[in-house]
Amino acid sequence: MSVTAIEVRGVRKTYRRYSRRRQFATLKSALLSGRVLSDLRPDETLDALKGVSFDVAAGRTFGIIGRNGSGKSTMLKLIAGIGRPTEGTVAVKGRVSALIELGAGFHPEISGRENVYINGMMLGLTKREVAARFDEIVAFAELEDFIDAPVKTYSSGMYMRLGFAVAIHVDPDVLLVDEVLAVGDEAFTHKCLDKFAEFKRRGRTVLLVTHSLDLVTRFCDEALWLDGGVARLQGDPKRVVDAYLLDVAGVENQTLEEEGVGRALPGSPGGPEGSAPRTTPPDMSRAIEGRWGSREVEISAVAFAGPNGQPAHVFHSGDPIDIRLQVRAREPVSDLVFGVGIFNADGVCCYGTNTDIEGAASGAMNGDGQVTFTIDRLDLVEGSYKIDVAAHRKNGAPYDYHRLLHTIRVVSAIKETGIFRPPHRWNFSGGIRITGLGQ
Amino acid sequence: MIRRPAGLRLLAHLHQLFRYRALIQSLVARELKARYRGSVLGFFWSFVNPLLLLLVYTFVFTVVLPAAHPPDLQPFALFMFCGILPWTWFSSSLLEASNVLIAGGNLIRKVLFPAEVLPIVTVFAGLVHFCFGLPILAAFLLYYRVPLVAADLLWFPVILLIQLVLTLGLALLVSALTVHFRDVRDLLANLLTLWFFATPIIYALSQVPGSVRRLLNLNPFTHIVVAYQEVLFRAGPFTQWPRLLAVGVGSLLVLACGYFVFDRLRDTLAEEV
Repeated sequence: MSVTAIEVRGVRKTYRRYSRRRQFATLKSALLSGRVLSDLRPDETLDALKGVSFDVAAGRTFGIIGRNGSGKSTMLKLIAGIGRPTEGTVAVKGRVSALIELGAGFHPEISGRENVYINGMMLGLTKREVAARFDEIVAFAELEDFIDAPVKTYSSGMYMRLGFAVAIHVDPDVLLVDEVLAVGDEAFTHKCLDKFAEFKRRGRTVLLVTHSLDLVTRFCDEALWLDGGVARLQGDPKRVVDAYLLDVAGVENQTLEEEGVGRALPGSPGGPEGSAPRTTPPDMSRAIEGRWGSREVEISAVAFAGPNGQPAHVFHSGDPIDIRLQVRAREPVSDLVFGVGIFNADGVCCYGTNTDIEGAASGAMNGDGQVTFTIDRLDLVEGSYKIDVAAHRKNGAPYDYHRLLHTIRVVSAIKETGIFRPPHRWNFSGGIRITGLGQ
Repeated sequence: MIRRPAGLRLLAHLHQLFRYRALIQSLVARELKARYRGSVLGFFWSFVNPLLLLLVYTFVFTVVLPAAHPPDLQPFALFMFCGILPWTWFSSSLLEASNVLIAGGNLIRKVLFPAEVLPIVTVFAGLVHFCFGLPILAAFLLYYRVPLVAADLLWFPVILLIQLVLTLGLALLVSALTVHFRDVRDLLANLLTLWFFATPIIYALSQVPGSVRRLLNLNPFTHIVVAYQEVLFRAGPFTQWPRLLAVGVGSLLVLACGYFVFDRLRDTLAEEV
């Protein structure tokens, strides 16, 4: 039903990598060995894209996300026509403008005015078209007073603004954007976003390559997740971003687990000798990570589980979390308190509680047991958190105290600041119009 | 952007290049403006440079080395100037072209536009400088009352055009090759020095022994320079035009080859720069 603006079919892009010898290969050596042409051929190759296909319908805003090195920027360049796919085809309908590097091609010695003309023509406008848009460009860049000064006198912000203004006023049918919103102050960023929104309204196609998942969920109609040069998922941006986050979490899970495995609990059976259990904790306010206690009760394993009960180390903000302790009492005890603490990366205690504080009248244990501490909503902002778990007497004398030994990670699509994230919402009334608050 | 047969692609690129002619024009203007930005004399340098050069040669060949040049080569400095002016255009264009893609690497990697614009701009910027030198040359020709044949002067634009075509072809070739083999730059600098002395610029072709002359005749630039000298300096009708036209045909071939090689290497430029 809709027209396809960008059509990518089975695109593979192979970059050459030259071995050390080749890097310093010279014309002379190539001529001497009579291998001018064969030396132009790579001996090692790197596939930045391994057969990617997708369509972008005209008028849509399309986001591409992925880790560093996943091929996002390569894809963008191929669509922009800078470089040709090794295999496959890229077809774009209409005029393309790429915001890859702002102000590339500005000449520092000549005035902003002349640079606008030259840059505009480089991007495909005619001289007359630039002239018609000139005032608008300068106004958008907010450089009315400086437009006749040489560009070398501009601040980097002014430079970027002018570059952006020219590129966006090329008025392309397809606009390609690569992480450029990171530049400029807050106000200018908003201006750029407004401009994108205007583009959208006018039915132009925008392709956005970004690390800002927030931008993708808020702005894009559709998203593509590239992973290692392969299209992993395409579709509704929220779904794609979630899948991407989960995958990132999975990788982190793995590394955190590996770290956990590699580092046996000190003082536990089989743990390194020499870290013999201490009976008294050092000064708790300055406590560093470690494990101590008399071990009449021992916490032999600590595990975390997510919403589906599966073991995990990475949680979404607002997810439920189970902290599971495997506990063994060597001899029956009749004075027992379990405690849990959560610390952020700065060492600030986000939350701490124990069964005594919460009013348990008594505690006793014999043999093996399990403790599950469930938090219904882990309302923390994104970051790494250390978990303390402990079994101790009512007076604080520890049986087994794990101090900052366990790590979880909280991820979130929204990057708020602080520690605690209360469930919240915004309401606006009167003349206020704020849109796109997704969460 | 869909794959097309190579020949069609080349034509499409040529057509696209034609669309970018206004850009080439503006870039040449920028090049000239930027070059003298911040200097006191500014644009005036374009005239002063060849003037000073001519004065230096005059000084050397009338005071320091008042050698016995044949009377038809007097004033000798002026004779040399007829060859040096076009040579400067030729050699500086090639030297700059060899560096222009690397210097403009940022553009090539980040902005979609025909990369051949850059070497073409250096050649045309050189042409403009060449033209700025012409009034100086003309003034001295008039001052020394060098007898010029009006009909010969009609050949001047033809020679200029042939040199332009040859320089463009070589500039395209050199610029694209340098991206792959950086040593083309150094090689070229030395080659141009050799080439300079292998061209009858600071001597006349007639002063060279016959065996060497045959070698020099293989040098296309010899015929271009001799043509300039005949048209601008020597009395008598321009007789060398068949050779000049042969060089012209060869230059067209060089341009075709240069553009073909450039077009073949085009896709790798953004990666290799």
